[in-house]
Amino acid sequence: MTAARGNVSAVATSRTGALLSATGLVKSFGPTPALRGADFSIRAGEIVAVMGPSGSGKSTLLHCVAGILHADSGSVTYAGRELGAMSDRERSELRRKEFGFVFQFGQLIPELTCRQNVSMPLRLDGLSRKAAELVADQWLERLDVAAVGRQLPGQVSGGQAQRVAVARALIGGPSVIFADEPTGALDSLQGEKVMGLLTRAVRETGASLVLVTHESRVAAYSDREVIVRDGLTSESVRDR
Amino acid sequence: MSVSRTLLGLLETGSTHGYDLKRAHDELFRSERPLAYGQVYATLARLLKNGLVSVEGSEAGDGPDRKRYNITDAGVTDLDDWLRTPERPAEYLQNTLYTKVLVALMSHRSAGEILDAQRAEHLGAMREYTRRKQTGDLADQLICDHALFHLEADLKWLDITASRLAELAEQPGLADR
Repeated sequence: MTAARGNVSAVATSRTGALLSATGLVKSFGPTPALRGADFSIRAGEIVAVMGPSGSGKSTLLHCVAGILHADSGSVTYAGRELGAMSDRERSELRRKEFGFVFQFGQLIPELTCRQNVSMPLRLDGLSRKAAELVADQWLERLDVAAVGRQLPGQVSGGQAQRVAVARALIGGPSVIFADEPTGALDSLQGEKVMGLLTRAVRETGASLVLVTHESRVAAYSDREVIVRDGLTSESVRDR
Repeated sequence: MSVSRTLLGLLETGSTHGYDLKRAHDELFRSERPLAYGQVYATLARLLKNGLVSVEGSEAGDGPDRKRYNITDAGVTDLDDWLRTPERPAEYLQNTLYTKVLVALMSHRSAGEILDAQRAEHLGAMREYTRRKQTGDLADQLICDHALFHLEADLKWLDITASRLAELAEQPGLADR
């Protein structure tokens, strides 16, 4: 399969081997601190589970590391580039071109068919509808949901919708996938299928996966885990 | 695990030799510690004595025991009773993990570090089972699922205990010792 982008091996990494890293992240929502100096790093091709109790700051960490949220202080570096030094437009382009996202509830566009949803990143990249949908069909087949291509998200099961969301996250050949509780809305068997397909696809494409989860059975698909507790990560605690 | 009932279950599918029973057992349970031949023949001898199996006939062969074993009606009843009797849940109250946390708290060591180290160990085991499940057949998936759900239960306990540590450390019975 042709990935539109994502020659992961060509992406620069830091001297420590990290493709994406964050140091000393602090983020508060009003008076409530969510991150209190969190560190994080992931190498190319690595799968890292971010675990921790509810409200520990793991989703906030993901949003800061992915450039969705701007931390109050601290730095995030992707392939040698500091996200804080980028303009909003540059950060938005980085997210679109280099990152892929899977959320707990697929967040598919309800008015578009599953195939159109999957092809969306390539359409935004300027590919013709026909070419983009051809690649979308290949990804849908790879994730065992070829049969739902013409259906709307509301017409498919939760497990199928989540696989469609995974296909959409991967179609652009991102270097890093961010998955926030990707199986949180699924039963054990469906969750297992989604995790198996997601991690296999990530391994095959050489992408990195940041996997936020509170479920240890999901974290068991990772290479290593980072624990978030009270706004600090196990990486930041170890370094102190 | 009850070896005798497992052998009875295997014999219910058809009469066979001790050697084939051992092979079928190891294949079925993906046993990390394969059944010893001695244990198979000792178990069969006991089942024979208790009338739960019978010897259908002996064949000439290289091995010491070429008897062909068959399950009896009494054996089928015994197997049926065993399968229908629910297992008593395992004894959890004197778990070593719990003991370690209490001893750490009593001795003013870091219970959090103990829990973190155990979490990493449990997750490591879960990674192994998850890998085995992904490459294995349905029998592998079933046995690994069983292990994974038990490890997950332990991990949930580790997590909830970690979030109760501050409260636990203030318990008079623990802090004053």
